[in-house]
Amino acid sequence: MLAKVLLALSLVPALALALCQPDGQDAYNVRLSIKTALGANAYEWSESEQFLFRATLAFAMRQYTGQETFNVSSVIVCDETPRVSFWFVVTNPSNTATLIPKNTVEAAIRLSRNRINSAFLLSDKTLQFLGIPPTLAPPSQPSLPVWLIVFGVVMGLVTVGILALIISGFIERKKKEKTIEDEDEEEKQERIMENDISCQTLEGKNGVNNGAYTHDEDRLTQL
Amino acid sequence: MMAEEKNTKVAVPELGKTAEERPKWDNKVQYLLTCIGFAVGLGNVWRFPYLCQTYGGGAFLIPYIIALIFEGIPLLHMELAIGQRLRQGSIGVWNSISPFLGGVGIGSLIVSFLVGLFYNTILAWVLWYFFHSFQDPLPWRDCPLNQNKTGYIEECAKSTPVNYFWYRVTLNITPNIIDSGDLQWWMVICLASAWGIVYICFIRGIETIGKAVYVTATFPYLVLTIFLIRALTLPGATEGLVYLFTPKVEVLKDPKVWLDAATQIFFSLSLAFGGLIAFSSYNPQKNNCERDAVIVGVVNSATSIYASIPIFAILGFKATSNYNDCLDGNILSITNAFNIGDQNVTRENYDSWLNHLNTTHSQEIEDLHLKHCSIQEFLDQSASGTGLAFIVFTEAVIKMPGSQVWAVLFFVMLFSLGLSSMFGNLEGILTPLLDLHLVPKWLPKEAFTGLICLIAFSLALIFTMGSGNYWLEIFNSYVGSLPLLIIAFFEIISVVYIYGIGRFNDDIEWMTGRRPNLYWQATWRVISPLMLLIVFLAYIVVQVQQPATYEAWNPNYINFPMTETLDYPGWVFAICVLLSSVPCIFIPIVALYRFIQWIMRRVHQSQNRSPCENHAYEPELQ
Repeated sequence: MLAKVLLALSLVPALALALCQPDGQDAYNVRLSIKTALGANAYEWSESEQFLFRATLAFAMRQYTGQETFNVSSVIVCDETPRVSFWFVVTNPSNTATLIPKNTVEAAIRLSRNRINSAFLLSDKTLQFLGIPPTLAPPSQPSLPVWLIVFGVVMGLVTVGILALIISGFIERKKKEKTIEDEDEEEKQERIMENDISCQTLEGKNGVNNGAYTHDEDRLTQL
Repeated sequence: MMAEEKNTKVAVPELGKTAEERPKWDNKVQYLLTCIGFAVGLGNVWRFPYLCQTYGGGAFLIPYIIALIFEGIPLLHMELAIGQRLRQGSIGVWNSISPFLGGVGIGSLIVSFLVGLFYNTILAWVLWYFFHSFQDPLPWRDCPLNQNKTGYIEECAKSTPVNYFWYRVTLNITPNIIDSGDLQWWMVICLASAWGIVYICFIRGIETIGKAVYVTATFPYLVLTIFLIRALTLPGATEGLVYLFTPKVEVLKDPKVWLDAATQIFFSLSLAFGGLIAFSSYNPQKNNCERDAVIVGVVNSATSIYASIPIFAILGFKATSNYNDCLDGNILSITNAFNIGDQNVTRENYDSWLNHLNTTHSQEIEDLHLKHCSIQEFLDQSASGTGLAFIVFTEAVIKMPGSQVWAVLFFVMLFSLGLSSMFGNLEGILTPLLDLHLVPKWLPKEAFTGLICLIAFSLALIFTMGSGNYWLEIFNSYVGSLPLLIIAFFEIISVVYIYGIGRFNDDIEWMTGRRPNLYWQATWRVISPLMLLIVFLAYIVVQVQQPATYEAWNPNYINFPMTETLDYPGWVFAICVLLSSVPCIFIPIVALYRFIQWIMRRVHQSQNRSPCENHAYEPELQ
């Protein structure tokens, strides 16, 4: 009796190992890049961390299926490498010889991906489930595109500026016309130029005295 | 209210008409800043660094400075002096020298107009990027998701998010030039705002331009300095600078280097547009134009060199980032394939790991298809023109911390650089038209400048269509090159040989108080015209040898994301030829027209001549 029990007990891990095969039909490969994600604060991957992983996965299965029978022992891990990568399978809690199909496992992981990542302080890129693509961030769509707001501001300033310049030019021109009208005769004549000489000066003087041709009357003897 | 005539000795002009006072600059600084702003444009930032890097780094400065001394500054001095002396815009100046040369001025006017059309479209693109620089994260950082949110849009995934944002989101470019596509509404409104901003500054001619240049001409220097300080602290900056400035003297044996240096100086100084003549025509006549020309020429070249430092520091940073990403990709592949501990393979020991693994597991290494990462290769991925600003630089900006700030600063700098150059283009149009008295007196200046901007905006709508970028490249290559060389050649020949170099020397002596020395005489009479002629002929030879093709962005191309090389269809090529020849054709047309007029007048005179009449003493009409 004892021998049978011992045989059965020794077979269990062997059976478990047989269930978890790399590249198995219902197995998933997991890859962790802890040093890349955390740098100096990276923790060492140990047996306890492995335990946490199995527990988190069991949690994910519970959340998805609603069955509270999943346990740490339902998740079997094998082929661990120093990369920190390993394969795992999930066994059916009611029948430990069978495995949960791949799709179900994938759906469960997808549902609780965020929780699984947070448990290890990692992200979709650094905690990779090979075969399950990372969830793409939905594009943020603000109600009004930001660029139209900036455009509106700029165009508003431009329009105000143009109107201000046109109106000020108009006012200045009106003022200039008014001062021209208000001028009286004197000022107008002063302003009007011919050949860059003010007409007033031309008309005022009777010509310009050219000193080279002044007759010095006194030098000539009078008749 | 008519003026009462006391006597009729002097003809009194009509009420309200004073001697037309020519507008003038408020002070010398405005004038210098405007000229510098006109000369310093987008080309200083995105063409010169590219040429420097392509043609052997520091060695390129040798042909560049030689071209500046023997071609650039003499032509610049000539334009400023002739405008200042004759006090008219381009058409008036050449008409004054000889009525047969009126075509040179008309050519300048047409070139200024056509260049203004596409130049402001580039500013519209800059504005678009500026508007988008306020978003977090920058929209050209990530690819948008496709319809069912399972992955990224295919076109973006195959090329890069930056390329996708430029070619698809901004331009919405068509696969070829024949397919015009629709007017892109977002581009139309950006173009409208660009023209609106230009109009505000240009509204009253140099009165408003003079005030605007205090900002537009000085702001780029501030931004370049900020970028310089920031760029020098980025990792990889030194690689970029070393790459830029390492002189490769053997490149100088290639004649193409000298040709490109000469053309770069010529186009960089914005000669032959008529804008410089217009600006100097508003100067008082007693102004030292010799010193102005040297200042503007030297500042322009110094700005080019100064701008290339931060540009290349940032490009070096980008190349280093790309190289590191490439290495990291390979490291991840190796780590995952061989299940080595995370972070055991680093960038430093990558090579030793690779060698070790190659000896033990060479087959698996081969199966990994590792990318070949070479920093030289990434540094060689340079670009010029719009490619530099909107693709390469935007990619670099994403990787810098505080991307939005750098993006905003960069695009505002580009906008002010382009805006001050636009002023020169538009003055090259406005001043000749005002001098020809084509503007009716009742039309206020604001309305006339508004009309110019409106017409230009409507014509520039071509560039907002799907195929707009292809048309812009055509305008850029065919209008902004050959006609300018021809016009400049005729300018210097006219001034030196038709106006007379003796008379020109006297004018300058009168204006500046000093007779131009041997350097100016030698360059004006012989060296500069000769250089222009050689450059012109070499340019034609090079252009003829190049096939008339263009690069098209076609997502369905087999080698996408490489651009597809297509030939210009016949009618498009005809337009290219037309664009090059129409400005130049006015030179012979006007000369012929005047010649015919002269002949008709001679014939008319010889028919009506009476031997007793002496026309020198025509009595004054009562």
